[in-house]
Amino acid sequence: MAFQIVLNGLLALIWMLLANDMTFVGFVVGYFIGMAFLFGLRRFFKKPFYLRKVWAIVKLLGLFLKELVLSNIAVIGHIVRPRLTVRPGVFAYRTELRSDWEVTLLACLITLTPGTLTLEVSPGQDTLYIHAIDIGDADELKRQIKGSFERAIREVTR
Amino acid sequence: MIGEWLVAALILLGAVLCAVSSFGLIRMPDVYTRSHAATKSSTLGVMSILLGAFLYFLLMHQVTSAKMLLAIAFLFATAPVAGHMIGRAAYRSGVPLSERSVQDDLAKKLRSENKRTGA
Repeated sequence: MAFQIVLNGLLALIWMLLANDMTFVGFVVGYFIGMAFLFGLRRFFKKPFYLRKVWAIVKLLGLFLKELVLSNIAVIGHIVRPRLTVRPGVFAYRTELRSDWEVTLLACLITLTPGTLTLEVSPGQDTLYIHAIDIGDADELKRQIKGSFERAIREVTR
Repeated sequence: MIGEWLVAALILLGAVLCAVSSFGLIRMPDVYTRSHAATKSSTLGVMSILLGAFLYFLLMHQVTSAKMLLAIAFLFATAPVAGHMIGRAAYRSGVPLSERSVQDDLAKKLRSENKRTGA
């Protein structure tokens, strides 16, 4: 991924020298031409073409924003209700993600999801302890949501 | 014209969200549920106020202030971590959950941990 981006920048630099225009616009044009070349030569690299990963990162950011808005709607619903109906609780959630980055991203995503907050990550990094604001209707649903998160994160990191 | 309405709507929405978040701080029963209200709503509120300010300077004064966008990005990255750390510190120092709570998996785990370390 990083190697391909550096190579793309290098091709853009070569384009600037060839076309003899040392402007930002020249760099952008060269970058796109280099991208087309890399796409044509993608079977010579060990990793898949890097735009796929960039797209996965964009999708993850979109998921982050969507969850932020949804969680706000849920929490505001709890706050403005005339009688409090929250049933808070802490539940353990096992994750398949392993590396530091993945677990950190997952914990942040969980903190931003509707009514859940990460309290603790176990030392072995395989269990997250999550505080839910309303645990009664949540448990199964949470598992489904987490499935989608874990998949999105895995697409970025692997 | 449409820009003015957009800016006004964003800033109003942000202010309302911050207000709701502070009401949540008053109404909720314990530290953890308060933390839910504080982290989520005020983050989105401040983010939308900043976005409104950014659009205002962009549309009315033709000034692109990238600082606003940077501030939004930093808020977005740091708010969940802050909520997590405060909740964790509260739990570790023994702040009780409210009486409404139905489930607590972490307590068992902490008890066994303390047995092992002899604390």
